[in-house]
Amino acid sequence: MSQQNAVEVIDVSKNFGSYQALRSVNFEIRENEFFTMLGPSGCGKTTLLRMIAGFETPDRGKFLLHGRDIVDIPPHKRRVNTVFQSYALFPHMTLAQNVAFGLENLGWERARITARVGEMLERVHMGAFANRKPEQLSGGQRQRIALARALAPEPEVLLLDEPLSALDLKLRQAMRDELRTLQRDTGITFVFVTHDQEEALDMSDRIAVLGSGEVQQIGTPSEIYEEPSNQFVADFVGETNFFEVEVLESTEKTATVRTPFGQVISVPSSTHVLPGKATLSIRPEKLNLGDQAQGVAFQAEVVKKHYLGGYSHYQLSVGGVEIRASRRNASREGDMISVGSTVHVGFIEGSARVLAA
Amino acid sequence: MSETSENPTGATRVQRRRRINLPYLGLAPSWALMGFALILPIFIIAAVSVAVRGAYGGFDWGFDLSGYRQILFNEGWTGEMEFTPQYLSIILRTILLASVTTLLCLLLAVPVAYWIARQPGNRKSLLVFLVTLPFWMSMILRVYAWMIILGKDGPLPRFLEVFGAPSGMTLMYNDGATLAAMVYTYIPLMVLPVFASIEKLDGPLIEAAHDLYGNRWTTLRRVILPLTAPGIASGAILVFVPALGAVLEPILMGGGKQMMMGSLIQLQFGGGRNWPFGAAIAMTLMIVVMLVLIAVALRSARKEAEA
Amino acid sequence: MSKHHDVKRYPGLGLISIAFFVYLYTPLLVVILYSFNANRITSVWTEFSFKWYASALQNDALMSALKTSLTVAFIATVVATTIALLAALSIIRGRNVRFRKLSETVVNLPLLLPEIVLAVATLILFSLVGVQNGMLKLVIAHSAFCTPFAFLPIRARLQGMSLDYEEAATDLYASRWTVFRRVTLPLIFPGLFSGAMLAFLISMDDFITSNMLSSGGTTTLPVYIFSLIRVGTSPELNAIATLLIIGSLILATVALSVAARGQRDGK
Repeated sequence: MSQQNAVEVIDVSKNFGSYQALRSVNFEIRENEFFTMLGPSGCGKTTLLRMIAGFETPDRGKFLLHGRDIVDIPPHKRRVNTVFQSYALFPHMTLAQNVAFGLENLGWERARITARVGEMLERVHMGAFANRKPEQLSGGQRQRIALARALAPEPEVLLLDEPLSALDLKLRQAMRDELRTLQRDTGITFVFVTHDQEEALDMSDRIAVLGSGEVQQIGTPSEIYEEPSNQFVADFVGETNFFEVEVLESTEKTATVRTPFGQVISVPSSTHVLPGKATLSIRPEKLNLGDQAQGVAFQAEVVKKHYLGGYSHYQLSVGGVEIRASRRNASREGDMISVGSTVHVGFIEGSARVLAA
Repeated sequence: MSETSENPTGATRVQRRRRINLPYLGLAPSWALMGFALILPIFIIAAVSVAVRGAYGGFDWGFDLSGYRQILFNEGWTGEMEFTPQYLSIILRTILLASVTTLLCLLLAVPVAYWIARQPGNRKSLLVFLVTLPFWMSMILRVYAWMIILGKDGPLPRFLEVFGAPSGMTLMYNDGATLAAMVYTYIPLMVLPVFASIEKLDGPLIEAAHDLYGNRWTTLRRVILPLTAPGIASGAILVFVPALGAVLEPILMGGGKQMMMGSLIQLQFGGGRNWPFGAAIAMTLMIVVMLVLIAVALRSARKEAEA
Repeated sequence: MSKHHDVKRYPGLGLISIAFFVYLYTPLLVVILYSFNANRITSVWTEFSFKWYASALQNDALMSALKTSLTVAFIATVVATTIALLAALSIIRGRNVRFRKLSETVVNLPLLLPEIVLAVATLILFSLVGVQNGMLKLVIAHSAFCTPFAFLPIRARLQGMSLDYEEAATDLYASRWTVFRRVTLPLIFPGLFSGAMLAFLISMDDFITSNMLSSGGTTTLPVYIFSLIRVGTSPELNAIATLLIIGSLILATVALSVAARGQRDGK
């Protein structure tokens, strides 16, 4: 083993009453990585995070923190810190007192605490606010203090529970950069929970997509987006078109299929599909329209058009099959495609993908 | 957005790791205190209400319904039972006075609460504070104040003299005086819950009612009152229950003759005169209160089931 | 200028409300005013005087009743607030507590029954059990009926407080006791304080139970005042009443402003 994993999740299951929140989940989080658990509401991602923190106990399975089983260790003895969705800054303490809180409980000396608190506040650019109370801060500032407070004790792993969800759009984008920088600078493993795919793709080293209490796929952002392992992932991360196709021939990694538009093409495949019916996924931006059309080509009728400035989204119809396509408006010519007209549509074989159900 | 199944404020709260793992130990003192000082004594009252009256006050254990019988009948010289409405009328007067008190409090509280709710922020808090303040004053002083106001040569009789009332008149020692003191002592208990529910009334709701061609009266009747009903109901209970058990008001304002159940009980025990009878009246009072509370609980349960 | 239609305005409410506040405060003002009347007959005004205050302050029976009331109220407040705090923590923060609803009803029981019934009940209980000590009787009974008044504000505060704070503290290595001492307790303090104040005041004010239980040496202030009232209104009584009104006023202002500040301090 070249490097120890920061966290290992081994066969973890959890029920809330009759509701199966997690079923036999297995994965590991590597040392020093920015790891994201991405999924829709109710997928179990927050439950997993709270289990690592120690606020919930799994019904079955275990968690290893740097190789040690932590299930029986109470939360206040786990070297893991959390940035809460609500930030949970103690309203009766100043910011400095908030940041010092964990260090005091760890029994640090006063002088060392003072130094560390100053250092952390500087690091999140809040040095001038040490003696303010949380109620005097904006959302973004609270977020920074919550980060400083959780990072101050140098946890083995930092857990972040949708920390950006309470911020407005502009601030959220700025905070992404800050979080990423902070992770690189401190070298601490970040475990980030979100339902926002853009956040996940932007910040993460690796992403675990969770759905229905199971891990659907683990991989780098581009693996998740370009090589989704099943329909759930392709549908949840980004937008896509699904077509029913007929598999003629297949190998482990590719399949030769007949499209509903008649062409026989050879495309990558997420699993070794059996001959017969299968689902082909192709993302809207991989469909090229009009003068940009190339590769496998067919004709479609434009049903609806949404002009969004830099892009236009089109809803097309091909022999009764509805598909979505998007086109970058590199020049004003894009405007020439109008509702009711017929356009050329094309895609490169490698950009489509046959998916497991 | 947080996940429904994992929402910290949602149904799965119970699953979260708590700081206090010994809730039963924490509840033990309250159970012990209430069990000893309240629950046990209530059973004892029930037992005493069927005990035998002691020769020198107090009681001896036994089973004798004469305490209850005495509420309705009087034993004549020859042992025959004679119906006497004396105590029954006290019970009915108690219920009547408590009801009228509740009604008067309600009539006064709704407009006042509505008006306060419409005041700007700071003034609103001040007015709520002013409503609460007299409630922090000793009850006996609040009743005493009314003795001065209504009493012989008090400010109110003096004021009425200007309009030709006979001089040296007292307004004390009647049901009206009792009522005045009762409304005065209990009104904050009505204003506060009514205010709380009126304040929650969304401004746009009233505007929507007007937008949909409702006039002020329709809006009041069909929007404001139905939506403040929970506040009115809890205010009514908060006033009605203690009003049923009023002691000081009938003793001081009613002047001994205009008794209520509370003062009647007080009399039976205060002088040590007839404990079983006093206990029987106390049981009756408790049953009336319980019936009211159960009726209200059933009503709100039915409302909840409908919703 | 066009007429502004304020649909939320109901004419006449202001007048009713002003009348209401006059009704609420006139009786108290009358008592205060009469307490400065030099004439022995309450209702005949002669001149302004402080002499009834002087005689009130030299009244030994009054001072002894005040001392009894303060002692009982102080002990009952400590007992009731402690019991209420423990009960609220268990009911709101306890995990998998059975009989939660029932326990809450039990704590609030004194609010559900007319006080005269409770007074009679405790009187009979003490005579059966053979409790002789007047002070002990008062303290037990007062602790019981003060508990719900202490309980309700604490419960409300705990319920309104997000569990996140306690979890965050645990996450930052605080032991259970440290979480309670440094996070839970300071955050529920406004509720705890106003609960204790309410309990103290309810105990100080109580007449019905105290009158039933008090004996020679343990006359509380309201019971003493009642005995004075039975004799008749007097300017000295007005002075005593005024002093009590001012005392309550100060206590209420402090208690309510602490509660209000707590509310602002965030959830």
